[in-house]
Amino acid sequence: MSDGTTRYAITLVVNGVVREAAVPARRLLSDCLRHDLGLTGTHVGCEHGVCGACTVLLDGEPVRSCLTFAVTVDGHEITTVEGLAKDGELSPVQRAFTECHGLQCGFCTPGFLCTATAFLRDNPVPTDEEVLVAVSGNLCRCTGYQNIVKAVHRAAEIQAEIQPGLTAETGPGESGRTA
Amino acid sequence: MKPPPFEYHAPVSVSEALEALAATGPHGKVLAGGQSLIPLLNMRLVAPSHLVDINRIGELDTLTAGADGVRVGALARHATVERSTEAAAVQPLLRQALRLVAHPVIRNRGTVVGSLVHADPSAEMPAVLALLGGSVRLACLGGEREVAAADFFTGPMESAVEPGELAVSAFFPAPPPRSGTAFREVSRRHGDYAVAGMAALVTLDEDLRIASARVACVSVGPGPVVVDVSDACARRPAASVPWDAVAAAVRDRIDPEGDIHATAGYRRHLTGVLAERALKDAARNAGTEAAHE
Amino acid sequence: MTTKLFGEPVRRREDARLVTGQGRYLDDLGPGALAAAFVRSPHAHARIKDIDVSAALDVEGLVAIYTWEDLPGALAEPLPLLIPHPALTHGRTAYPLAKDIVRHVGEPVVMVVAEDRYVAEDACALIEVEYEFLKPVVGVEEAVQGGNLVHEDVPGNVGAHMVQEVPSRDGRSAAEMIGAAPHTLEFRLDIERSACMPLEGKGVYARWDADDQSLRVYSSTQTSTSVRMAIAAKLGLPLPKVEVIAPDVGGGFGVKIVHPWPEEILIPWAARTLDREVKWTEDRREHFVSSAHERAQVQHVRVGFDDDGRILGLDVTILHDHGAYTPYGIIVPIITSTQLLGPYKIGAYRVEFSSIYTNTVQVTPYRGAGRPQGVFCMERTMDRVAAYLGRDRTEVRAANFIGPAEFPYDQRLIFQDGRPLIYDSGNYPESLRMLKELIGWDSFPEMKARAAAEGRRIGIGVGCYVEGTGVGPYEGGHVQVTSDGRVHVSTGLTSQGQGHETVFAQIAATELGVPIEKVSVVTGDTRRFGYAVGTFASRAAVMSGNAIALACRKVREKALRIAADALEADPRDLEITDGIVHVAGTPSASIPLATVAVLSNPLRYAFDEEAKRATQFSGATSMDRPPVEEGEEPGLEGKDYYSPIRSTFASGMHAAIVETDPETAEITILRYAVVHDCGKLINPMIVEGQIHGGVAQGVGGALYEKMVYDEHGQLLNASFMDFLMPYATEVPRIETAHLETPSPLNPLGIKGAGEAGVIPVSAVIASAVEDAEGITIDRMPISPSDLHTLRLRLAG
Repeated sequence: MSDGTTRYAITLVVNGVVREAAVPARRLLSDCLRHDLGLTGTHVGCEHGVCGACTVLLDGEPVRSCLTFAVTVDGHEITTVEGLAKDGELSPVQRAFTECHGLQCGFCTPGFLCTATAFLRDNPVPTDEEVLVAVSGNLCRCTGYQNIVKAVHRAAEIQAEIQPGLTAETGPGESGRTA
Repeated sequence: MKPPPFEYHAPVSVSEALEALAATGPHGKVLAGGQSLIPLLNMRLVAPSHLVDINRIGELDTLTAGADGVRVGALARHATVERSTEAAAVQPLLRQALRLVAHPVIRNRGTVVGSLVHADPSAEMPAVLALLGGSVRLACLGGEREVAAADFFTGPMESAVEPGELAVSAFFPAPPPRSGTAFREVSRRHGDYAVAGMAALVTLDEDLRIASARVACVSVGPGPVVVDVSDACARRPAASVPWDAVAAAVRDRIDPEGDIHATAGYRRHLTGVLAERALKDAARNAGTEAAHE
Repeated sequence: MTTKLFGEPVRRREDARLVTGQGRYLDDLGPGALAAAFVRSPHAHARIKDIDVSAALDVEGLVAIYTWEDLPGALAEPLPLLIPHPALTHGRTAYPLAKDIVRHVGEPVVMVVAEDRYVAEDACALIEVEYEFLKPVVGVEEAVQGGNLVHEDVPGNVGAHMVQEVPSRDGRSAAEMIGAAPHTLEFRLDIERSACMPLEGKGVYARWDADDQSLRVYSSTQTSTSVRMAIAAKLGLPLPKVEVIAPDVGGGFGVKIVHPWPEEILIPWAARTLDREVKWTEDRREHFVSSAHERAQVQHVRVGFDDDGRILGLDVTILHDHGAYTPYGIIVPIITSTQLLGPYKIGAYRVEFSSIYTNTVQVTPYRGAGRPQGVFCMERTMDRVAAYLGRDRTEVRAANFIGPAEFPYDQRLIFQDGRPLIYDSGNYPESLRMLKELIGWDSFPEMKARAAAEGRRIGIGVGCYVEGTGVGPYEGGHVQVTSDGRVHVSTGLTSQGQGHETVFAQIAATELGVPIEKVSVVTGDTRRFGYAVGTFASRAAVMSGNAIALACRKVREKALRIAADALEADPRDLEITDGIVHVAGTPSASIPLATVAVLSNPLRYAFDEEAKRATQFSGATSMDRPPVEEGEEPGLEGKDYYSPIRSTFASGMHAAIVETDPETAEITILRYAVVHDCGKLINPMIVEGQIHGGVAQGVGGALYEKMVYDEHGQLLNASFMDFLMPYATEVPRIETAHLETPSPLNPLGIKGAGEAGVIPVSAVIASAVEDAEGITIDRMPISPSDLHTLRLRLAG
């Protein structure tokens, strides 16, 4: 008989590092990352899946960590905001957000960064409308979004500068663009 | 806002899942994508004593598009179905509707079958299944049954799934030749549940007149409300259909309620407007289909 | 001359940590702390008959359960009423935990402390509170009937009543002026409730140090200094034994200026009582029902005007819903009634408000703090006058503008700070000219006709406001240059995303002539600066910005004096560039500021290279004078305060073009234009960001957000599913232009910018929808369903 307090030993690969934790089944992934693994960059804004602040990448795809049980994703790969920068170098999306004043209080920012990172990986040359829809599941109460949208476009530019060819190979109809 | 405790079951096969569900009966609840269930748990609005997590059951992560339709396994995420060009080719309404389901990140996790079982009258997928006359396959220890959409949605947030049963897949039939579909909705914000929504299916005859037309209405009844408006379309080409009469026919069949976002009257009005818009879109798409024949 | 950073779009220095997940918000702290959760009232109005905790006692991991009866001393008293006012004759505040009666859904009744939040919530769920129902009072118009009372001893539910009258320049009352006016109009306006809704809720984390008998508290607050004083008083601790720190704060918008919240004294008390670290992190549902809301008002307007639309007399009566308690006094309706006048000269004005108790969440300032309601009233009035006279709406406004030569302009009212409402500077005709050009006001009729020909409905709207910013009484700044050449700036007020670390560093770097990389800024930490008021009322840049500038000037003067000695030069000939003090025109005669910092302290232990290097300058000390001369202090540091005689008045004008769907009644904002005047800009990038965010909140308030209570006092939409904050898809692109009319009141010539964006949006959107539809709009927000209902009404 179980009274719901059983702890499950789980292994997650978080930002490329194997991490282990013992969690009750009801432990939300957001709480597991923040409190069991000490990765407090993932923020919790509503715990009902609307605000998007807790968005992390699960096997590369953005998901709400507040709507996921840690035990469910045992054995999977997670990327959090702490894992976006590589070797101390900000990622294109992180750079763009700082260049474009895409954040104010910064609380919603990790969710936007994770969402935008996956979006630009799949769609390196997005249209205005595509960017709007891509970030439309994340609430920000400070910026009014204008600079966030600008930052996502800017990140696409930076990404193209860093990885020339990406645009021409996978981007739709941007043949005139210089790499 | 933390979920209450529950006993956790992590089956790796359908048979294990069915055993767990049989053992827990009315106390067991299936966890698939969790995008509707976990908010309710976090708010402690539901407190199942057993949760059967089907996320490890690879055999449920299926999506099969055949000439007769699309079968979606219980672990197929909204996003997977939305992106599938094969599924879109067989039944374009799937992608048309899925684009309106919440936001992309929710669709990465939420499942189509989970959305059907949740049976929210404001959700898109129940309307799609109902409009197309699809079905849901339910399994239990020692058996399986295929429940037609008309029998599946039994009330607001209520479906035909019995204790001990697992919805293993849903089937969305392909439309007849010279058919077109469309989905239209008005929501308060992008990605919100629809204030009112409309799925439409139009089939043309060889003279490109509307042979049959059907809609399924969202957010205006206890479940999806399917209305056949073939008669109201009077077997005319779309350009000369008496749209006012069609909208009126749809409005007559619904029984919307008011809430904090919209009055019942506005929902009724909107349903008429959306019926016309969705049917016109569907007729146009049917015309395109017919031209390809 | 030197490092010019003031006025530049310097990138934010906060961002590096915030984009990498290295920010430290409240819930990121104290990983091992116990967690608190609260049993909150499910009823709007009820008497507590019994609290049975027995079932909860078996919960594994439970640490403690507290009710009001457990609270000692001052903690058991009602929470403080922060801003008393003679008109607030019946101010009432809640107990930290409910005593006998609960007056709104969400009022805290029991505090549970447990090993983690999951377990704490399990225990909460098992605590049974028996209530006797009392009749709830919902809605101001029902409340003023006085049939049921929120507080038994407050007749008619009227907490405050206030009248301000400004006669015409020739001494006639508003009533007389309206009576004698060629034209009069009378109408009613409604604005519904909204809320600040920062993405991070409130939170408190407390550590008691039993050895030191001291308390360190972290709170997600807009005022750490005042929280500190409240904790010391409520817990009976000496002030020096309490320190309060606002860590990174995930948005405030007003709700976190209220203090102490019950949790801000209960959590520290529990930490001391249990001698364990305790943390409470507010969840979203708690935030909806137990923090604060704002906006709701019913306004009755009578206006008299002449053929040109000049307002001869204006009489406004306001019913203000302040919810169940008044911890923050009546600031909101006072601001509504005074800032209502905007950029206009009104012949005679009378305003009366009643601030009313209801069994709903308390109402305290939300960005704009009463101004959106006042501006809605005035701007709707202007549009009605224009419609009545058949004149252009901007013409009627211009006819009423205070002229650029009329400053300082005395509105002859008493403002929120108890001081005369005197506008310091502004240029309203120029603002309007810029706005009309930006939005294309004069060519809009053609655009509208073209749209109409395509079966589309579009409309244009305008709204103007004046905002008192930078209210006193004071803020301070402390600036220290250490021997490594670094500049440490601190100020007591807090930050919630405004970029203070950047703008204050810009000010310090500019004033001191040092590279901005050498400057670090700390805000909201009572260990660094003990005296402060807080971050609200668009005051941080004006108040702390000027205080820091003044402190820097002290430091600079001292640095030049010391450097002059060392260089044997006249301090008046010295300049500081890139952290080097040098003789103007003779760069070789120089001394680094770092070395000056070493010289400023007679104790020169050579811990670092700078101190060793400084020895070359030490020599000629006089044996007749003490090492630290009278009036001097060791160290290169300075502190100063800025305390203005009154507020400085920023202003702005917005215009929008909207489209309404003739069938679905959906409302889309096609364009949104802002002309903004906040005096000198410290960092235009940050000011624009503030405007964008404000407008977005305004769009929320105009088209999406409202708190809906039913007749039982239940909040029907206490979630992000149903309280509709706009996403990126709902906020238009905002076009901005700046006008810089410096304030003559402060050394930097700046005015506040934090709240501006939100203020006129409801007025502007109402104006535009009205223009598109030809239907009078007198209630906001407006949803497609609302518009549909209005259309039906018009159609009869």
